[in-house]
Amino acid sequence: MSLRRVNRAVLYLVLCVFAAGYLMPVYVALITSLKPNSEVDLARMWQLPTRIDLSSWGQAFERLSPGLATSLELAIPATIIVAIIGACNGYALSKWRFPGSRTLFQWLLFGMFIPYQSVLIPLLKVMDSIGLYNSVPGLVLVHVIYGLPIATLIFRNFYVGIPDDLLEAGRIDGNGYWGLFRSIILPLSVPAFVVIGIWEFTQVWNEFLFAATLTTPPHQPVMVALQNLSGSQIVQWNVQMAGAIMAALPTLIVYIFLGKYFVRGLLAGSVKG
Amino acid sequence: MAMQPAEMTITQPRRARKPWTWERVYPILTLLPSIIAIAVFVYGFIVWTGVVSFTKWNTLVPDLSWNGFANYRAIFQDFRFQSDLRNLLFFTVLFVLVSMIIGLFLAVLVDQKIRLEGLFRSLFIFPMAIAFIVTGVVWQWLLNPSTGVNLILKALGLTHLPKWYVDITIVPSIPWGHIKFGLPLALLAVIIAAVWQMSGFAMALYLSGLRAIPDDLKEAAAVDGANAWTTFWRVILPQLNAVTVTVVIMLIHISMKTFDLIYAMTGPGAAFVTDMPSMDMFQTTFQGNHYAQGAAISIIMLLLLAIFIVPYLTYSLRGEKP
Repeated sequence: MSLRRVNRAVLYLVLCVFAAGYLMPVYVALITSLKPNSEVDLARMWQLPTRIDLSSWGQAFERLSPGLATSLELAIPATIIVAIIGACNGYALSKWRFPGSRTLFQWLLFGMFIPYQSVLIPLLKVMDSIGLYNSVPGLVLVHVIYGLPIATLIFRNFYVGIPDDLLEAGRIDGNGYWGLFRSIILPLSVPAFVVIGIWEFTQVWNEFLFAATLTTPPHQPVMVALQNLSGSQIVQWNVQMAGAIMAALPTLIVYIFLGKYFVRGLLAGSVKG
Repeated sequence: MAMQPAEMTITQPRRARKPWTWERVYPILTLLPSIIAIAVFVYGFIVWTGVVSFTKWNTLVPDLSWNGFANYRAIFQDFRFQSDLRNLLFFTVLFVLVSMIIGLFLAVLVDQKIRLEGLFRSLFIFPMAIAFIVTGVVWQWLLNPSTGVNLILKALGLTHLPKWYVDITIVPSIPWGHIKFGLPLALLAVIIAAVWQMSGFAMALYLSGLRAIPDDLKEAAAVDGANAWTTFWRVILPQLNAVTVTVVIMLIHISMKTFDLIYAMTGPGAAFVTDMPSMDMFQTTFQGNHYAQGAAISIIMLLLLAIFIVPYLTYSLRGEKP
C-alpha cells in the first residue's frame, strides 16, 4: 500500500517535470515579451520583469499586423472551401464506391505526403502566368489544392462510420444522390467539419514554404513577417518574443478550446489513426 | 487481408441491377475537380520538375535543353548536398528515436488512470498547434550559447558549456566524399526543438494505441505476478507494433520535410552543419537561380519520401474493408 503511494508520487513528479519542460519555452517567451528594453539582457533571461511593459507587444503588432490580416484573409476562406470540397469527396468515396475508387483515393492521399519543394518551380511559374503570384487568392487556391487530400481523408473515414442502412432509409423516402447528402449525411457531419476546420486553419496559418515562395513583402502572411522580424538584427528580442506569441496565439486559442478535435485531426492525418 | 468478394456484393448490389443512372455518374462528377487539381498540381508538377532536373536551366533565363544526369552528378558531388544527406540521416534517426521514446514514455504515464489526465495530455500536445517558425524563433534564444539553457547549466556548475547550434564539430568526423561523416553537434539543438514540438504527436498516437488494448489484458498480466516491466515488454509493447510503424513513418515524413524550423532557428549553419535538402533546394533555386539543380534536389527528396510513404499507404489502405 505504501509502495503504491510512493509509486503514485513518483509518477506525478515525473509528469510535472515533463509538463514544466514543455511549458518552459512559453514561460521564457512570455516574461521576455513583458520586459522593458532596459531589462532585456542575455545574462538575465530567466529573471522576471520588475515591471510589466507592453511596449514590445506594441512594436511587434506594428510589424506583424499586415501579416496577421493577410493570414486571416487566407486561412478562413481556404479552410471553408477545402472543408466543403472534402465533404463532397468523402461522401462520393465512402458511400458511392465505383471500380477503382480505392486506387483513386490512394493516389489522392499521396498528394499530402510529397515534399512541396518538388512542385514549387512549376507552381511559381503557373501562378505567375495566371496572374495569381503574390496575391491572397493565389495562396488560397494553393492551400485548397494541397489541403484536398487530408480533407477528403477525414470526411471519407468519418462517413465510413455512418451506417449504410440510414442511406437506404433515406432512399425509400425518395432521396437521390444529393438529397441523401443534404438530408442525411450533412446533418451528421458537424464533428468532421470541426475537425477539418481546426486542422486546416492551423495548417494554413502556420505554413511557411508556400508563403515565402509565392508572396513578397506587403502581401506576406504572418509567419513570413515573423521570420523577417526575427531575422532583423536591429529588433530587440523582447519584441521577437512578443511577435512569436502573437503569431502563435490564434492557433493556440483554437487548441485550448477545441483541443479534442485538433488531436482527432492529428491522428487522422496519419491515415490509420 | 484482401478485399472480401462477398462483402463487395453486399455493399454494392445496386450496380448490378441498374445499368446506367445519373447516380453512377454523380460520384465521379463530384470528384472530378479534385482529380484534375491533384493530377495537375501534384503529379503534373512533379513530372514538370523532373523534366526541369534534366535540363540546363541553371540561370534566371529558362533553358530547357537536355542536360542528361549532369545536375544529379553535380549535386551528388557538391559539398553542400553531401552535407545535407549526412545531416538528414542523423537528424532523422535521432529525432525519430527520441520523439518515439519520449512519446511512448509519456503515453504510458498518462495511461495510468491519473488525475488531471486531460490537462497533462493537452500540455504535451500543445506545441503541435504552434508553427515551426515560432518554435524556431523561441528556441533560437533558448539555445543561444550565451544565454538561455546555458545559464542554467552554468548555475549547475558546468564549466564546459555546449555551443549548441554554433558548434561546428562533427563526431566522429570520418572523411567521406568531400565532407566529414558523423553527427554534427549543432544538429542536437535543432533536434531538441523538433522533439519538443513533435513528441506530443507520438504520445497521442501511442495513447490511442494503449487505449485500444483491452483493460483485462493489462490486468491479467499484472495479476499473473509478472512485474510491471516484464508485462510492458511482453504484453503491452507487442500490441503496439502497428502504432509504432505509424509513428515511425509519420515522424520520418516530418523529418524529411524539415524546413521552417531550420530556416527560423539556424539557417544552413557554418559549413552547412545544420543544412537540409529542403533548405538547399530553396536557396539553390530561388536565391541562386540554379533551377535545374534545385529541381534535382527536390526529386531526390521526393524519392526518399516515397520509399517510406508508398508502402505505408498501400499497407494502410489494403487492410480496409471495401
